[in-house]
Amino acid sequence: MSGADALAAHFWQGCALGELRYQRCRACGAAQFHPRRFCARCGGAPDWAVAQGLGTVYAATRVTRAPTPDFARLAPYDILLVDLDEGFRMMAHGAPGLRIGERVRLDFDRRGERALPRFERLGGRS
Amino acid sequence: MAWISGVGDTEFGRLEGETPLSLMARAAADALAEAGLERNEIDGLLCGYAASLPHLMLATLFAEYFGLKPRYAHALQAGGATGAAMVMLAQRLVDAGECRNLLVVAGDNRLSGQGTDSAVTMLAQVGHQDYEVPFGPTIPAYYGLVASRYMHVHGVSEADLAEFAVLMRNHAALHPGAQFKTPISVAEVLASRPIAAPLKLLDCCPVSDGACALVVSAARGETRLRIAGAAQVHPHQHVSAAADLADFALADCAERAREDAGIGIDDVDLLAIYDSFTITLLILLEETGFAPRGKAADRLRAGIFARDGLWPLNTHGGLLSFGHSGVAGGLAHIVEAARQLAGSAGARQVRQPAVAFLHGDGGVMSSHVSLVLRRE
Ligand SMILES: [Zn+2]
Repeated sequence: MSGADALAAHFWQGCALGELRYQRCRACGAAQFHPRRFCARCGGAPDWAVAQGLGTVYAATRVTRAPTPDFARLAPYDILLVDLDEGFRMMAHGAPGLRIGERVRLDFDRRGERALPRFERLGGRS
Repeated sequence: MAWISGVGDTEFGRLEGETPLSLMARAAADALAEAGLERNEIDGLLCGYAASLPHLMLATLFAEYFGLKPRYAHALQAGGATGAAMVMLAQRLVDAGECRNLLVVAGDNRLSGQGTDSAVTMLAQVGHQDYEVPFGPTIPAYYGLVASRYMHVHGVSEADLAEFAVLMRNHAALHPGAQFKTPISVAEVLASRPIAAPLKLLDCCPVSDGACALVVSAARGETRLRIAGAAQVHPHQHVSAAADLADFALADCAERAREDAGIGIDDVDLLAIYDSFTITLLILLEETGFAPRGKAADRLRAGIFARDGLWPLNTHGGLLSFGHSGVAGGLAHIVEAARQLAGSAGARQVRQPAVAFLHGDGGVMSSHVSLVLRRE
């Protein structure tokens, strides 16, 4: 398994355990979501950390025209970019109709081979 | 100095019985004929990639097929910005004395060779394999995310986006090679079927077959059409890694290209701006200085971007209506700008333009190339 694959596997294993894993740089403190063996900001060494799963919707779309027959069965579905309170942004599924600025809490959708991150409404606009 | 000495293209749409190579050859033959050059006078070759013909050495493959033995050749990949990037590189190669006549060519038959479903699936793969693709996004979904944020921050409406689809269709109506020429209304765009909110079918470019080519030469041709300025910036690859979906900081790229050409924004007579989606076009106009934030649609409604306006925009109909055949789709903007500057755009001809500003976008606002073309 390549380096990148091992790091991605670690992330997805976390999802299967109900954990949202990300990295934080030991040198500069930056949060990093796409995991690497280095910090892309300063080149320092990152450590794994676990996010609380609270965040704010940054962008939102509802996909009606799916890319594959598998996803067509799920359509329409909402895809979000969420800014996590720990200081990183990620793509995930969202409960229907979530809007930019809404506070959200992470859950995992265990449908299929993966536990897919999915955000639910926390209540109240931030 | 580097000059565009000839351009060529095929019609865009469904072109049965063609391959990427055969389409590229048709456009290349037209460009050579217009430049008045024989095959043995082409000493450089730049080509894009073809989704229907993935090959490790597309440039040499095409050189052998078409009958070229260039001293310099390779393919280049910058997504939708590839066409503009090839023209920039051709200019630099001519200026460096490496080549005297470079052929820049791209073609694909995504529609008849691959089909829309397969193209949509394939294109979605430009997203991050581990952290985006598992959620089932498409290219329209990536741009839907961009649109949601940009529109939220800058107060842009879906009707604002629709105006650009209508304008591109109006412009395509006068191009004999355009894929879609039937007029559409803002209401029809708004009522078209949802794809990836807020983007609807008519906010999205089609999948097309087609090819475009141009020749960049050290000798000034009859059209006296100079590649006057160029600049690039590559801020990110993935939409989820972009710093700010409401400000892509492209003003610097556009300004560097204009400085390179020694012109200001008021010298520009013609625009050719990448328009994979209506939102792409609106954002790029605002980023590159041709409208204030959130005001591109107001400028359109005021007639600024019409054929007889201050800055005629994508007079061939753009990707949205002329068609999108991969790298050739981005090259089509440049071919059209060259024709307008040369005064050979026929029924589409705008009044005596001398300076064109062009901007290409690859990925999800990921790769950017600004160009200035000038008739001397
Ligand atoms: Zn760091």
